[in-house]
Amino acid sequence: MPHDHSHEMSPSGHPYRTDDDVPLSYWQQMEIAIREILIEKGVTSAAEIAAQVEAMDARGPANGAALVARAWSDGEFRALLMRDAGAACAQMGFDIGTLKLIALENTENVHNVVVCTLCSCYPRNLLGLPPDWYKSRAYRSRTVREPRRVLAEFGVELGDDVEIRVHDSTADMRYIVIPRRPEGTAGLSRPELAALVGRDAMIGTGLARVPGAAPPGG
Amino acid sequence: MGGAESGAISRDEHDFAFWEKRVDALVILAQARGLFTVDALRRVLEDMGPEAFETMSYYERWVAALNQNLVERGVYTVSELGARMERIAERGVTYGEAADE
Repeated sequence: MPHDHSHEMSPSGHPYRTDDDVPLSYWQQMEIAIREILIEKGVTSAAEIAAQVEAMDARGPANGAALVARAWSDGEFRALLMRDAGAACAQMGFDIGTLKLIALENTENVHNVVVCTLCSCYPRNLLGLPPDWYKSRAYRSRTVREPRRVLAEFGVELGDDVEIRVHDSTADMRYIVIPRRPEGTAGLSRPELAALVGRDAMIGTGLARVPGAAPPGG
Repeated sequence: MGGAESGAISRDEHDFAFWEKRVDALVILAQARGLFTVDALRRVLEDMGPEAFETMSYYERWVAALNQNLVERGVYTVSELGARMERIAERGVTYGEAADE
C-alpha cells in the first residue's frame, strides 16, 4: 500500500528517505540482481545479509563515546590509547578489524578534525555509519582548504591561538578525535561522561557537551 | 577533491534506505570472502571521474563499483547480470515489489 513517509521521523530524529514505494531505479535493480546472484552462487546467504544490515543499524557512536569517557578518567588507558589505539579498543572489547586506528587528542592549543578527501573512510566500528555531510563534496574539499571556516559553520568557533590539525583518512588508517573534557565534570561516572560525547565531537566538527548545556554544532 | 573550491556543506541527514544498507552489507560480505579489497573498490570509484559525484548518489556509486569488481573477478558475467535485472524489472514498478521474488 503506497504511503508517504516524508513527514515521519526515524527514532534517531532524521527524516526517512523514501524507500520501498518509489519507482524502481536502475541502481536498485542492480542491487537486487547482485544480491540474488551472490546468494544463488553460495557466496553469501539471505540470512547473512540480513544480519549484516541489522548489525549496521545497531551501531552508533556509543563505542567511541565509551572509549573517550574511559580515556578521560583512566590515565593509564589514555596513554595506551594514544600509543596504540587498536590495543586500547581491544581492551574495551571493540573489534576494529585490521584497520590502523589513531587517536588524536584535543588540547587547549590544538584542535583536530578528520576528513576523508578521497571517499568516506570513517571509524565505523566506533562511530557507526558516517553522516551524509562527511561524504559530501563540500566537506571533503573545503575542510583541508579552510578548516577554520568549516568548523565555524558547524558551530565550533576557535580562537586564533588554537592550531587546527586536519587529518585525511585512508582506506586502512582511521582517526578518532578525543575531545577535551569539559569543565565541571569531575564527579561524573564514566557513563555520564560518555553521554557528553557526541559523534561530531569525535570527528572534530563538534565539542564535548558541557553538562546541562546544548551541544555546540549539534 | 581535497582543496577544491566548493559551496556550503549541507547538514541534512537521512537514514539510509533499505537498498542502500543492503549494498553496504554486500560490499562488506564480498570483501570478507576475499573477492576484492577496499582498494579495488576505491579504484573503480575514482575511475568514475568527478561527474559521477554530481550525477550519482553515494550508494549508487558503490553498487556500480561492487558490480565492476565482481564481474572482473569472474563471480558472474555482464550478461548474467543483465538477464537477472530484466527479470527483476518484470516483478513490479517499485523497489518493494521488485525485491520480492
